[in-house]
Amino acid sequence: MLHTINKSPFESDSLVTCLRFAQPGDVILLLEDGVYGAKANTKYEPLIKAASEKVKFFALCADLDARGMKDLIIDISCVNYEGFVDLVVDHQVNAWL
Amino acid sequence: MDEPKKIMHVVRKAPHGSIYAYEGLEMVLIMASYDQEVCMCFIDDGVFALVKNQDTSGIEIKGFMKTLGVLADYDVENLYVDQTSLEERGLTEDDLYVPVQVRTSDELGKLMHEQDVLVPQ
Repeated sequence: MLHTINKSPFESDSLVTCLRFAQPGDVILLLEDGVYGAKANTKYEPLIKAASEKVKFFALCADLDARGMKDLIIDISCVNYEGFVDLVVDHQVNAWL
Repeated sequence: MDEPKKIMHVVRKAPHGSIYAYEGLEMVLIMASYDQEVCMCFIDDGVFALVKNQDTSGIEIKGFMKTLGVLADYDVENLYVDQTSLEERGLTEDDLYVPVQVRTSDELGKLMHEQDVLVPQ
């Protein structure tokens, strides 16, 4: 299952709630303002690091670049639009709006 | 017609501040009337949509308590509620207007995997 998060964790519960429901092997893609969750040294970093033992995190490159987000949590991989499409093709999507 | 799909509507927003929950409920009834296997899952502020004694006459919104009551007539019998979301908001099953199935987040996460389609609301 591919969970998509498009809100900043500082604005919305989406990321925290999603992680409560995610199952081992699921993929979480941060996009739009959701990419603020990928930043290193935030209060959400420990949560993401703990969760990355059971789920895989991606963040959309274009959205990171647009927001000047360079210093990412080490467990989060950057993905371009092609990779985004591949993820959507390969998984059932659960959008946490 | 194709086999009915298992469709879960995931309600995560409070009822009256935005139109999501109301429009979402309309969508549930439409899908159910096409004989799809529809269920609903209430998470986060979505659980407030189910609270008893909502009187929307003062804010001039139609409200949807009556619509919730007829879901069973459309064979939408499975309304799942996230236990953590209830507890975080000081609610129990007794505070809710319709019969629901309270489940842990992990149980609901597994149930999401069994669906053909997840519709965010």
